[in-house]
Amino acid sequence: MKSYAYFPGCSMDSTAVTYKKSFEYIAAKTGLDLKEIPDWSCCGSTAAHTKNEKMAYALAARNLALAEKHFPGLDVVTPCAACYSRLRYANYAARKNEDLRQEIEEILQMEYKAEPEVLNFLDLFSDPDLQEEIRKGIKRQLKGLKAACYYGCLMSRPREVTGETDPENPMKMDEILRLVGVEPVIWDYKTECCGASHQVDAPEASRELIDRIFRNAQANHADIIVTACPLCNMNLDMREEEINRKFQRSYQIPVFQFTELIAIALGASASECGIHHHFFPAFDVINDQIRSGNISEKREQVQKVQEDPLKSGPIIVGKAGK
Amino acid sequence: MEKILNRDEGRLLAERIAKEADVKLHECYQCGKCSAGCPMAGSFDLMPRQIVHLMHLGDMETVMKSKSIWLCASCHTCVERCPHDIDIPALMEKSRMEAQKRGYCAVRNVKLFNDIFTETIRGFGKSQEVILEGIYNVGSGRLLQDINHVPEMLQKEIVRPELNQVRNKDHVRSIMKKCEEGGALN
Ligand code: SF4
Ligand code: SF4
Ligand code: SF4
Ligand code: SF4
Repeated sequence: MKSYAYFPGCSMDSTAVTYKKSFEYIAAKTGLDLKEIPDWSCCGSTAAHTKNEKMAYALAARNLALAEKHFPGLDVVTPCAACYSRLRYANYAARKNEDLRQEIEEILQMEYKAEPEVLNFLDLFSDPDLQEEIRKGIKRQLKGLKAACYYGCLMSRPREVTGETDPENPMKMDEILRLVGVEPVIWDYKTECCGASHQVDAPEASRELIDRIFRNAQANHADIIVTACPLCNMNLDMREEEINRKFQRSYQIPVFQFTELIAIALGASASECGIHHHFFPAFDVINDQIRSGNISEKREQVQKVQEDPLKSGPIIVGKAGK
Repeated sequence: MEKILNRDEGRLLAERIAKEADVKLHECYQCGKCSAGCPMAGSFDLMPRQIVHLMHLGDMETVMKSKSIWLCASCHTCVERCPHDIDIPALMEKSRMEAQKRGYCAVRNVKLFNDIFTETIRGFGKSQEVILEGIYNVGSGRLLQDINHVPEMLQKEIVRPELNQVRNKDHVRSIMKKCEEGGALN
């Protein structure tokens, strides 16, 4: 399988525990080889580019230059949609404008060729070799689980930066989840913005964005919403209860990272995929599916459940987290 | 701080911003598709369509005093759907930077958040979510917001109290300093 340079981004080291755990589980099972960029720093996020455009490029480019230096020839992969966007913007701007590229080198005091491609986790999991490894390792089929795949904005737009051919209806996550039996629903808010940091600095203006996303997922009969970004995930998961209170809703739609579902399919226990770290309880939906027989386990695996309940049945163990 | 703009200065500024954003303001035919799809429009005081129109008229004063330029989430929905590819988030962003230079800020908390975020990068090289929320809440007087999630975050190990830092902080700092001294690209 291909190797990649890895830019985790700040959230992967702090709030994104479920993402990190489930991803590490998958990596161990499939032999995925990610090489963390030594001494990477924050990509600058939106704050730097709302203040100083050059700083936004330079902060992102520092990480790309480090990747070029330590892992020449490897593509850079990142799990965060915001990091993905910032890193790609830097490459896009530097490739278009040679003067800017040289100026960034001058600022960094490092060589920066803007050569490696920047990929997100959905790109990574679209790699046929990795998909084959996943297919081979499946222990549970998550049949009947209806998922609203939520891509958010920055992985899709602007298309000249992301290269997404259909920014209104991306399909990568849908296809990845189908591998393990999940049934993606057709819905309207796949790439709707969740408000980003305005959830913190302008909550009155932005809570309704989250409400609309849940409402549309519910209207289209989704059991769960699935994300591929620490920020998209936190903005939905952490605020679902508040939204229910504030707008008098009764959403019962846990929010998963797509890697959690892959890890569950590969046989991960609850603690191995991090399901107990959710804000909004996520156990029941998986347990219900197992009880109703929708999630089927391979025979060898079922026996193992009886022998060693902690190893693979733990999802049924119940409400460890909440 | 630069002083308030007269009509001609406003026109020149709008033209400069449009040029940098690679936008031809006269191409907008006010169809309103941008505003219809904008997720933040409910809180805007000027619709995206109106921002383009006002800039075309050279009325930068009104644009720079608006809340919309601060509340735009740069989600790019409008430009994706605009029949003329008018890059509204770039217009918003550049207007916001110009507004800052002149001391205008219609939504103080957005600026505060951005400022604190940038300072945590300068301080640690990585963003610090816990500190960020903490300082932000104190600075904006919103003491309770999201703080109620912190014990739960610690308990579920969603955040870890130790700090994530870059080893070569000086490198990050010198990058930021050079960019600030060299003036923004705007
Ligand atoms: S965008 Fe967010 S997650 Fe990515 S490096 Fe910056 S602060 Fe960290
Ligand atoms: S959906 Fe929200 S968190 Fe995700 S990329 Fe868009 S603004 Fe950022
Ligand atoms: S969608 Fe484009 S053309 Fe239509 S009003 Fe908005 S900016 Fe103008
Ligand atoms: S980029 Fe800004 S103006 Fe355009 S749709 Fe998004 S929030 Fe609205």
